[in-house]
Amino acid sequence: MAAGVATWLPFARAAAVGWLPLAKKTMPKPPVDNSSRSDEILYVNVSGVRFQTWKNTLDRYPDTLLGSSEKEFFYNEDTQEYFFDRDPEMFRHILNFYRTGKLHYPRHECIQAFDEELAFYGIVPEIIGDCCMEEYRDRKKENQERLAEDTEANEAMDAPLPPHSTSRERLWRAFENPHTSTMALVFYYVTGFFIAVSVIANVVETVPCRPPKGSVKELPCGEKYQLAFFCMDTACVLIFTFEYLMRLFAAPSRCKFMRSVMSVIDVVAIMPYYIGLVMPENEDVSGAFVTLRVFRVFRIFKFSRHSQGLRILGYTLKSCASELGFLLFSLTMAIIIFATVMFYAEKGTKGSTFTSIPASFWYTIVTMTTLGYGDMVPNTIAGKIFGSICSLSGVLVIALPVPVIVSNFSRIYHQNQRADKMRAQQKVRLARIRMAKKGTTNAFLQYKEDRDRDSDSTALCVKNKSAFEHQHHHLLHCLEKTTNHEFTDEMTYSELCMTESVGFRTSRSTSLSSQQGAQNNSTGCCPRRARRRAAMRLANSTVSVSRGSVQELDTLHVKTTSIPPQTRSSLNAQADDLKLNCGEQDFTAAIISIPTPPANTPDESLPPSPAPIPGILRNTRATAYTHDTVKISSL
Amino acid sequence: MGLVMGTFSMQSKQVNYHKDKADDDLEMTMVCHRPEGLDQLEAQTNFSKRELQVLYRGFKNECPSGVVNEDTFKQIYSQFFPHGDASTYAHYLFNAFDSAHTGSIKFEDFVTALSILLRGSVTEKLQWTFNLYDINRDGYINKEEMTDIVRAIYDMMGKYTYPVLKTDAPKQHVDAFFQKMDKNRDGVVTLDEFILSCQEDENIMRSLQLFENVI
Repeated sequence: MAAGVATWLPFARAAAVGWLPLAKKTMPKPPVDNSSRSDEILYVNVSGVRFQTWKNTLDRYPDTLLGSSEKEFFYNEDTQEYFFDRDPEMFRHILNFYRTGKLHYPRHECIQAFDEELAFYGIVPEIIGDCCMEEYRDRKKENQERLAEDTEANEAMDAPLPPHSTSRERLWRAFENPHTSTMALVFYYVTGFFIAVSVIANVVETVPCRPPKGSVKELPCGEKYQLAFFCMDTACVLIFTFEYLMRLFAAPSRCKFMRSVMSVIDVVAIMPYYIGLVMPENEDVSGAFVTLRVFRVFRIFKFSRHSQGLRILGYTLKSCASELGFLLFSLTMAIIIFATVMFYAEKGTKGSTFTSIPASFWYTIVTMTTLGYGDMVPNTIAGKIFGSICSLSGVLVIALPVPVIVSNFSRIYHQNQRADKMRAQQKVRLARIRMAKKGTTNAFLQYKEDRDRDSDSTALCVKNKSAFEHQHHHLLHCLEKTTNHEFTDEMTYSELCMTESVGFRTSRSTSLSSQQGAQNNSTGCCPRRARRRAAMRLANSTVSVSRGSVQELDTLHVKTTSIPPQTRSSLNAQADDLKLNCGEQDFTAAIISIPTPPANTPDESLPPSPAPIPGILRNTRATAYTHDTVKISSL
Repeated sequence: MGLVMGTFSMQSKQVNYHKDKADDDLEMTMVCHRPEGLDQLEAQTNFSKRELQVLYRGFKNECPSGVVNEDTFKQIYSQFFPHGDASTYAHYLFNAFDSAHTGSIKFEDFVTALSILLRGSVTEKLQWTFNLYDINRDGYINKEEMTDIVRAIYDMMGKYTYPVLKTDAPKQHVDAFFQKMDKNRDGVVTLDEFILSCQEDENIMRSLQLFENVI
């Protein structure tokens, strides 16, 4: 209650007069208070909406933005007011907090926007009043769940494999996300098919078939075609065993995997077969053996890997555990009570089916769930009365926890739906964002071209460019000068690398290459290892671009071991012993997309501009573009 | 069956709820005090109009109903002394503020007391303090009253003090006080004795000026 404290402090200090006659020692000097004592009205302008409040009001909470000297940063001398470029609607709530001491959460606002405003004004969300705290907490939890889901989904689905993943990691990933590779998908469908086959076989083998020749009795199909069913069962179990062992091998944490639900289901599904193989064929244990066969039906649960709906159902039941527990408990209580009553009510009747209290359990359950088989009916009047009360209360008791379970299921289901929808929309959205970004990033390369092409008519280049663009281009230019390398495009670079490594001269139409001739080709700028990685990067980057990866600019890191001083002359002159550091480097590619193909005219009269990769650059862009991406390579 | 019992019990509960609600409403409507006019208060106290405005705004914000009852008063005062238990001393303070013994402090009482404490003359301050110490308002401070007061003050310190608080510290303090104040050694301190003794003590005189500029 900071507000209270600040207001009542003068009174508490005044009341200290009561201690003075008792004081054993002299009192310390009071603090000097230089601030103006008189209260004044402050004007706060939030995006045009003017608020006025007493200075004291804001001073109540000195650890917030408005209560501390931090607000002086926003003071506008000309208009004598504090100007904040924020949402005035939200500010209303913030200001009310100062006035009343209670922070309320406006229900119609987005929770993230509200949180941001609070963070800006330095207010801790914990002081939201009790009236709004629950709503705030719920919304916040929902939002966090959604965020967690999204990041998880993004990571899980579209994350490209780390480059040095072992076969084990790849295998695990194939198992968890089947649609990442065709092999995994095939395996996924095959296992699904065999699960279905196994379950159907289990079902069909109990159906009575026509009796074999020479016999009258009908046999279940399982016994008639015993060999066929046995073979089918063996095949299924082999596949399941193989799958389980593969998963066990690939799992990053074997203990955790073995404890997981799906693994337990797998084991339970295949164990009966092996136990059946091992067990001898004598009559005593065949009863137990038959029981084991029941466990084969658990194979149907293996479908939950294939069906998301099943997983949602399972998750719902897990999250409603408390409600289910309550339901079970109350039902048990009611069953016991009613069974006892019914038993004693019907005790005297001759030929009564209510032979004992446990026997009455069956009646109670059947009545409470309104099944009413009619195999047990009360005959006495008392029995009938209690029977009717039992059925009425049954309806109520079962109806109570069900809506909670339903609402939980609906929430989880919608979350899932939303996650799927978001993934689909994400791709479209990212594609659109990428297209918007293209416009800005190509401008620099265009600008360079223009500049180099006609260096005297700079006016042309200056046309239609904002101050921001100017400065940005200047910045990129500075970077080029700093590293003594230039920005180029992907096509030329990859082409260059491949030809260089193979070792033959390419007929490049650049002035530089024609000048430098043989020198360029000797030590490839990209020895084999680097080239392969480049190719893989290319493949990856194109794949990721086409799949709309989250990261637009996929920058790898340049690890330079030692860069020999590369002056322009040395670059040109001694390309022989110029390893160009490709050997030890992992280079990265910044993908910039350009919508329009740059100028096609190879410019022979180019001044010898610094060329990091001999014989690259713009002019080779005359070649047709298959994909419009540009790679910035830095060696 | 359980449901039947449940419905019966719910019925009776509802009746009680109605009754309580009616009581609360009655209470709420009765208590809403407005102070006398600003001019009158300005005449009665030593505060300027502006200061009264600031004081009232703060007061009204914290207590929209216009009065402070003892529990709220204790709560407010305790906020300043989180280490110990300030409720006993707050109780004595409350009685000192509530000069008319109505059981609640109105804005006028509040402002009158503040005016004396902050802007009053030395005699007035000392008189107010005497009233504070004189719990039963009989005009004399005896040892029991003083011990209560001193113990209440020591309670505010809490348990963790340096040096460690001895159990007879309040008693010693009271003895020292009486030594100084009780001139005729009759076991009680009268108002005149009190004022005289305090005026003789330079420390007390000096410290009375401490809280001049609190507002």
